[in-house]
Amino acid sequence: MTVNEWVFVGLFLALAWLLPATPIFLAKFLAPKRPNPIKQQPYECGIETIGDTWVQFRAQYYIYALVFLLFDVEVVFLFPWALAYNKLGLFALFEVIVFIVLLIVALLYTWRKRALTWAS
Amino acid sequence: MELTVESLVFLLFSLITLGGGLLVVTTRNLFHGALFLMLSLFGVAGLFALLTAPFLAGIQVVVYIGAIAILIIFAIMLTPQVTATRPSNNQWIAALVVAVVLFALLASIVTPLMDELGVEGWGASFTETDPPPVPEDSIADLGAAFVDPQRFMLPFEVASILLMAALVGAVMMVRPSREDDEAPAPVEAAEVAEPAPPRADAVEPVLVESQE
Amino acid sequence: MTDFLIDLGLSRGLAVLIAKTLGVFALATIGLVWTIFLIWIERKVAARFQDRVGPNRAGPFGLVQSFADAIKIILKEDIMHRGVDRWVFNIAPLLSVMAVLMLWVVIPWTPTLVGVDLSVGVVYVIAAGAISAIAILMAGWGSNNKFALLGAFRAVAQLISYEVPTVLALLVPVVLAGSMSLQGIVREQHVMYALAAPLTVLIFIIASMAELGRAPFDILEAESELVAGYQVEYSGFKFGLFYVGEFLHAYTVGLTMAVFFLGGWRGPFVDDLPALGAVYLFLKSFIGYFIVLWIRMTVPRVRVDQMLDLGWKFLVPLSLLNLVVVALVWKIYPGTDSIDSFSEAIGPSLVLLVVNILMILGVGAVLREQGRRERERIEAKQRALELGAEPVSDVAPAGAGR
Repeated sequence: MTVNEWVFVGLFLALAWLLPATPIFLAKFLAPKRPNPIKQQPYECGIETIGDTWVQFRAQYYIYALVFLLFDVEVVFLFPWALAYNKLGLFALFEVIVFIVLLIVALLYTWRKRALTWAS
Repeated sequence: MELTVESLVFLLFSLITLGGGLLVVTTRNLFHGALFLMLSLFGVAGLFALLTAPFLAGIQVVVYIGAIAILIIFAIMLTPQVTATRPSNNQWIAALVVAVVLFALLASIVTPLMDELGVEGWGASFTETDPPPVPEDSIADLGAAFVDPQRFMLPFEVASILLMAALVGAVMMVRPSREDDEAPAPVEAAEVAEPAPPRADAVEPVLVESQE
Repeated sequence: MTDFLIDLGLSRGLAVLIAKTLGVFALATIGLVWTIFLIWIERKVAARFQDRVGPNRAGPFGLVQSFADAIKIILKEDIMHRGVDRWVFNIAPLLSVMAVLMLWVVIPWTPTLVGVDLSVGVVYVIAAGAISAIAILMAGWGSNNKFALLGAFRAVAQLISYEVPTVLALLVPVVLAGSMSLQGIVREQHVMYALAAPLTVLIFIIASMAELGRAPFDILEAESELVAGYQVEYSGFKFGLFYVGEFLHAYTVGLTMAVFFLGGWRGPFVDDLPALGAVYLFLKSFIGYFIVLWIRMTVPRVRVDQMLDLGWKFLVPLSLLNLVVVALVWKIYPGTDSIDSFSEAIGPSLVLLVVNILMILGVGAVLREQGRRERERIEAKQRALELGAEPVSDVAPAGAGR
């Protein structure tokens, strides 16, 4: 019976989940449970919370996530190339250089447009 | 339908994928919707692993769950007052009809292809006794195909241009180019302020109580 | 183990299945229990860096300290305030630990012992990083706390900024070895890749420390900044799990570095006695771990915008350049597509080493130039300030005397 190797990965992941969960489960019985109104408030250095817990978000985070997405996809393309690299000719390297350069241009554009600066 | 381990695992991952998808559209909480999306994508990754496409399974997690889902969550956070928003759809009947029609369309495209691919069709059992073997070096072959002028070199380079265009477009939307390239566009959300200084009347009662 | 079970009369397939399952179970348990010792090691080493002794009361040399802490933290109350999103809040720490522990299954311990030798091990390693980002977002959101949410966003921004250089640095061993499986990379490493590609190792260490959230990139746990960041609402063992995850991740980075760059289980006499491989790997992993601890205890914290700039404007272009240059040199040097032994590998490795050193010097020169220009700019500004402030010189700024 040949088993797909991923089964063991799945098993390991399940264990990686269950084993840490056991002490948490234990803690449910062992740890004290004494809720009171002060403890029930979200922590804000002693000040009472005002307003909904939700903060208006900066678009800057979105830009970082977007640039990350782009480079992540780029890396996805680079993986098969890197794997096959030893069997390919020098031409393959030049093609990939073109690929990378285009993305570096995009990064430079983002940089120049000050989209990569934290403080707007 | 035989019940082997493989078919059970397939059922499990299919349930995760479909169930996750269903939960995405029915949940009221936007953030939970994003999390269920991640669950659904994880199910797809599992299906890839079952199909002996480990590279795709890994990439699914890295790109879809690790980048796109995070992007979606950040986009959700850009929505003002996301916790107050209770997404509801008054047109869900029409949406259901469209979904069914789309499914029928896809099925009609895929069904004739099944004969070509050698699959038995909708009644196929989960465990083929003689599945065509997946070539060992399929990923290396893919890599070679990317740089082969006869095969996929052009789409490879065009993909890079597409990514560049996407980034330039996004940057332009957030910071439209002006003469002096100074202040960011009004579209940008307000910067997160320091925590609001406590109002005097909010603080007072607490102080008074503790002195009792 | 497999043979033992076969002798018991089980079929081959079933024996392999049971042996592997037990192995997986053992691996997961060892990984988690090892963290306890790891915490002790870290505290002792950190103490020595700070010229003190560290825990030495509980048990001989303070060895029992971590056990005691673990037991204590289970007994602490698990405070969940009113607004927490229960499911999300509870799953986040488990996911955080899983994201680290899942790396242990692909690490090759000896030439024959590896949890699962995935043919796409490198992608799996990257996926682990992606999952830890998700865990942080869940923790921040589930806490229903403004500071936790802010901390989570910043943490995720940091993680994703440094994930690209990490992946690009990991691509270099893939190029050099022609394989994405970790066992394959170790097998092909006749010469340590740290020798052939030291710049890559540097990039990997810096990017990994940022991924870990360790100093100098520990803006996330900077108590003075965002309280405890995304972990602020966690108490009891759930907080303990975040802690465990962080320490284990630091060690796992050491392990990964040993596998990718220091040759993994390679060492003298490994072919005769495979178990020695695990010993070598163990020792090598401490090199990476010690470097992480060393830098952590020595260097001050970086500001968040400095950290993000370092990631995007320095490490990403550098790692891309590094990949291209290494690939170029590797392709130009003849005979690199089939290397079978140390003697064949040493030639291209030394050439690569020279090229790397040139690159490092080049980067150093560029940075020095930038630093010089920045210093001149600041000094010019300072001088302008002094000149402008002269009429009211009795309240001269502190640096005016220079």
